[in-house]
Amino acid sequence: MFGLFRTCALIVVLALVVIIGYVFINGIGKWSVNFFTQDPRPDLHGALVLGGIFSPLIGTLMLMLLVLVIAIPVGVLGALFLVEYWGSSRTSRAWWIVVNNLAGVPSIVWGLLGVALLVYYLQFGLSLIAAAITLSLLVLPLIMVATKEAVEAVPSSLREASISLGATKWQTIRHHVLPYSASGILTGIILSLARAGGETAPILVTGVAVNAGIPGSLSDQFQALPYYIYLMTQTTNRTQAYGMAYGAALVLILLIIGLSLTAIILRARYREKYRW
Amino acid sequence: MATKIGIKKKKGLKYLIESTVWGTLFFCSLISVIILLLVFTYLIGNALPFFSKFGIWGFLSGLDWNPTATPPSFGVLPLLMGTVLVSFVGALVAIPIGLGCTIYLSEIASPRVKKYLKPAIEVLAGIPSVVYGLFAALVLSDWLSIVFNPTSRLNALNGALILAIMMIPILVSIAEEAMNSVPKSLKEASMALGANRWETIRRTIIPAALPGIVAAIVLSIGRAVGETMAVIMATGNATQFTTNIFASVRTMTAGLAIDIQETGAGSDHYYALFAVGLLLFAITFGINLIADYVLARFKEAYK
Repeated sequence: MFGLFRTCALIVVLALVVIIGYVFINGIGKWSVNFFTQDPRPDLHGALVLGGIFSPLIGTLMLMLLVLVIAIPVGVLGALFLVEYWGSSRTSRAWWIVVNNLAGVPSIVWGLLGVALLVYYLQFGLSLIAAAITLSLLVLPLIMVATKEAVEAVPSSLREASISLGATKWQTIRHHVLPYSASGILTGIILSLARAGGETAPILVTGVAVNAGIPGSLSDQFQALPYYIYLMTQTTNRTQAYGMAYGAALVLILLIIGLSLTAIILRARYREKYRW
Repeated sequence: MATKIGIKKKKGLKYLIESTVWGTLFFCSLISVIILLLVFTYLIGNALPFFSKFGIWGFLSGLDWNPTATPPSFGVLPLLMGTVLVSFVGALVAIPIGLGCTIYLSEIASPRVKKYLKPAIEVLAGIPSVVYGLFAALVLSDWLSIVFNPTSRLNALNGALILAIMMIPILVSIAEEAMNSVPKSLKEASMALGANRWETIRRTIIPAALPGIVAAIVLSIGRAVGETMAVIMATGNATQFTTNIFASVRTMTAGLAIDIQETGAGSDHYYALFAVGLLLFAITFGINLIADYVLARFKEAYK
C-alpha cells in the first residue's frame, strides 16, 4: 500500500523532471550572446523566428517592475490595516472572504476587466500601463493573503507589551510588527512578482504585441517573454521557431524558479529564526 | 474617538501621524473591495446588453458558438462542455495521484525526503502556464498521438493531462496542510489502541482531515476551470460540442482569450464575451465559496 503512495509521489517528481529536462535540453543549445542581446527578427516569410529575445525579456522585466510599484504598496498596507486595525472583527472576516475569492478569479477574467475598464473606458488603449495595472489587480489579493499570514504570525504579546509601554498603534506596527514579519511579507512579494512575470492571458488581451520593440512610454505596446513563447508555437516555420520557444522558456523558467527558490529559502530561514 | 481617555488632549503631531496612517491604510484595504465591485459591475454591465438582446436561455442552452456567422449564434454549451471535459478528466487523473502523493508526503516520507519533495512541488506550482502549454503542444501531444492515435493531434485529453499536472501541486499543498493540522493526540491514540500505520491513516487521519482534503480538490478544480494559456496551446481550439476526449475542443477561457482580440468594443460579439466571462466568474466564485466554507468549518473543528 505504501508503495502505491510512493509511486504517486514519484510520478509527480518525474513530471517535474521531464518537463524541466525537456525545456533544458532543447533550450540550452539556443543560448548565445546574440540570443540575449538581439531583438526578434523576421525570416523570409515574416515570422519572427530569428534574432534573440532581448525586447521580450526587457518587456517582462518592465512589467514586473510596474507591478512592484503599483500592487505591492497597496497590497501590503491594505492587509496590514485589516489585520492590525480591524483584527478579527466581523467586517474584517467578510473582507478577507472577498480577498480570498478575488485570489481565485481566473486570469482571463482579469484580462476581460482590463480590456473593458482600462483599454476602452479609461482609453489607455492596448498599452504597457493597461497590462501592468491588469496584472497588479491579479496579484493584489495574493500579496494581501501572504502579508496577512506573515503579520498574524507575530505573537500578540509583542504588540501588547509595546502598547502598554506607551507606544502608539503605528509605532508598534513600524518598530515591532513589521520587522518581525518583513521576511514573510517579502516572500509573498517575490512569489507575486514571479506570478506576474509568468502570466500570459491577461497581457495577451491588454497590450502585448508581436513586434513592438522596447516601449518608450507607458502608453506603448510591448513584448513579453511568455507571449513570445506562445507565439513561437503558432508560427509556420516550426524547426526554427520551436528551438527559440524552448530557449525562451528556459529563460522564463530560470527567472521564475530563481524567484520562487529565493522565496522558499527566505521563508525557511525565517521559520528557523523566529520560533515563538 | 473623543471619549477615549487621553487621546483628545494629545491632538499633536503624534495624533496627526496616527490618523494619517489610519486613513492611508484604510484606503489601501478599501481598494480590494472596490476591485471586486468593478469586476461585478463590468462583467454584469457588459453582459446585460447581450442578455437583453439574445436572451439568457438561448445563451445557456445553445449548442452552437459562431459569433462571426450571419446571423451569429451565441450558444455557450460548446465552450462550457470543453471546460467541463478537460477539467473533469484532468481531475480524474490529478485526484488519485495528488492524494497518494499527499499521504506519502505527510505520513510516510522521512524528513530528509520531505525536505526535497516539498520545494519540488512548490516549483511545479510556480512554473508559468505557458511553459506547460509549450510542453503539451510540442511533446505530450506527440506521445499521445503514438499511444492513442486520436482524431486530432491537439485534443481534450492532451489538455486534461497537462491540467492534471498543474492541479496536483495545489491539491497536495492544501491537502497536506489539512493532514498536518490533525492533532497528534488522535494519531497517538489510534496507535495506542493497536492500529498499524495504514489503519491509522485510513481510519483516523483521513476522516479527520476530510474537509481540508475536499477543499483541496475543489480548489484544484477551480484552478483547472480558470486556466487559459495551457489549454489554448494544448486542445486545438475547435469550437464544437463534443464529449470525445480525442477531439479538439475550445474551453470558455480559450474562447475569451482568442475572441476578445478580434472584436471591437460595443459589438454583439464583444458583449457576448462578457456573458461568457460572467458565467466563468460565477463558476469559479462558487467553487471558491464552497472551498472557503468547508475550510472554515474544518478550522473550527481543530482549533
